[in-house]
Amino acid sequence: MATAAASVNHQTSHPKASLLDNERWLAFFLLAPTAVLLGLFIAYPFFEGIWLSLTNTRVGVPGEFVGLRNFEKVWNDSIFRTAVWNTVWYTFITTVVKLALGLWLAQLLNRHFKGKAFIRAFVLLPFIIPTVLSTFAWKWMFDPTFSVLNWMFFRLGIISTRINWLGDPDLAFFSIIVVNVWRGVPFYAISLLAGLQTINPELQEAAAIDGANAWQRFRHITWPLLLPVTMVVTLFSVVQTFADFQLVYVLTGGGPANATHLFATYAYQIGVGTGLLSEGAAISLAIFPALFLVVLLQLLYIRRVENR
Amino acid sequence: MIEGARWRRWVSFYIPLGMFVVVLLFPFYWMMITTVRPDGELYRPWNAANYNPFWTNYPTLDHIVLLLEETLFSTWLWNTMIISLASTAISLVCGVFAGYALSRLKFRYAGALGTGIFVTYLVPQTLLFIPLADTIRNFHLGDTPWALILTYPTFLIPFCTWLMMGYFKAIPKELEECARIDGATRFEALVYIILPVAVPGVLSAGIFAFTLSWNEFIYALVFMSSSEQKTVPVGVVSELVRGDVFYWGPLMAGALLGSIPVALVYSFFVEHYVAGLTGSVKG
Repeated sequence: MATAAASVNHQTSHPKASLLDNERWLAFFLLAPTAVLLGLFIAYPFFEGIWLSLTNTRVGVPGEFVGLRNFEKVWNDSIFRTAVWNTVWYTFITTVVKLALGLWLAQLLNRHFKGKAFIRAFVLLPFIIPTVLSTFAWKWMFDPTFSVLNWMFFRLGIISTRINWLGDPDLAFFSIIVVNVWRGVPFYAISLLAGLQTINPELQEAAAIDGANAWQRFRHITWPLLLPVTMVVTLFSVVQTFADFQLVYVLTGGGPANATHLFATYAYQIGVGTGLLSEGAAISLAIFPALFLVVLLQLLYIRRVENR
Repeated sequence: MIEGARWRRWVSFYIPLGMFVVVLLFPFYWMMITTVRPDGELYRPWNAANYNPFWTNYPTLDHIVLLLEETLFSTWLWNTMIISLASTAISLVCGVFAGYALSRLKFRYAGALGTGIFVTYLVPQTLLFIPLADTIRNFHLGDTPWALILTYPTFLIPFCTWLMMGYFKAIPKELEECARIDGATRFEALVYIILPVAVPGVLSAGIFAFTLSWNEFIYALVFMSSSEQKTVPVGVVSELVRGDVFYWGPLMAGALLGSIPVALVYSFFVEHYVAGLTGSVKG
């Protein structure tokens, strides 16, 4: 009782302290910095982006309202359409491959072996090192004249003539996918490994005693129990891949002949490269509906999985 | 698994794991070996005879010297460090405050705000860079470190908040109530009681935020124009590639030196980093 009385006394004697004790005021103070930063640099530019896309602003030239003309122009732009399909395929293919390889690597890392912590730390490196810098290493490995990959494949007798990794549209797209998978697999593997470690090993043992083989154990125990983690990991990865920029910017710059553009690189080329701000803003806004749809579908699916 | 013959263990475990490790790490080896190779060896056609690309007998520091003397690499390194540290610090303060408010305090719109922060968590930087460049210009922040110090938190705060909410929820309420009975205000309880318990969470969020800001590219590319303001990724891209000419030796030296600080930070706090990574995807 005595301490409670002291506390009341303490509060009444410091009006400022009581203000900080009021939950609503405290919440307001604690959330204010976040709200200011996110408001100024996310919400405000978002609406500014919508306004920009409805004008004909260029760098240094204030624009006038032109309605939906930018979107119309973008819609009829064949490079934009290529970029849309590229983005969709890029996201789909890399996500499936990353998930499969990531799951495999996670299973391997979930065993007990010497130097496990060490291997795990090294495996995550592609995800830690700045993407632009590691992508340059890949670009050097893909070099048309000095490619070490060509050297290896030639010595192994797989190829007899050089492969121009980034020079041919289809091959360049393939190369970009390879680098994205290389960078993304560690993220999947380590996140899924954390999920695997929460699964009780006794379940596996019980199933093994009942005569389930490795595939059956995976299919009926590991996969369903891992599904919630898998869905969230995939959600994050899909969003990041859909809006990817660095890889393509460094490897091909959207080339050859604008064949490997993604949404973001094309928006950059139009908005910053040629200075057509309003058109660039329209292109990056066009990602929203698609991204929104993907995220919504995944969130709904996650909810369904969690409520099961 | 136990009764499997030795070759079976090799096929199902050692060989696949070995392949994963080699493929995942080879680009870094390639960076290192390129950094110390003389130009005469670097630019040999891929099918030249008697040529081993994986080793050099004449290691050289020329590329590193050129990088440090002829470019502003050390300035870029310094810029990246300051910007990453400052934006991480801002994000941590905001994230701890917001995470505490959203997980512990009862007030109207708490749920809506939590959802709002989760949604911004999913907004990729590449969506907003064009209008944001305009915003930065309007605030006269263009080409100053502040352009990045203030915008990086937009993708770091949601992550930090999300992670801290998880940590705060796991701390028993009684701990805080004890402090309050002893006369501490709620804010004091947060700073002196809750925060010390949540230190692992703060570390995880901090390490993760630091690596993310070190990695950031598109904002730095668009907002920074003069050479002495650039960050490492942007500097390497824009100053070591002239037209179609790639200076591969210095480029790889830059990639290597630019990766070392973040790799060092990572190596000291691997466990915290992994906790941050896995915490960030926990629903």
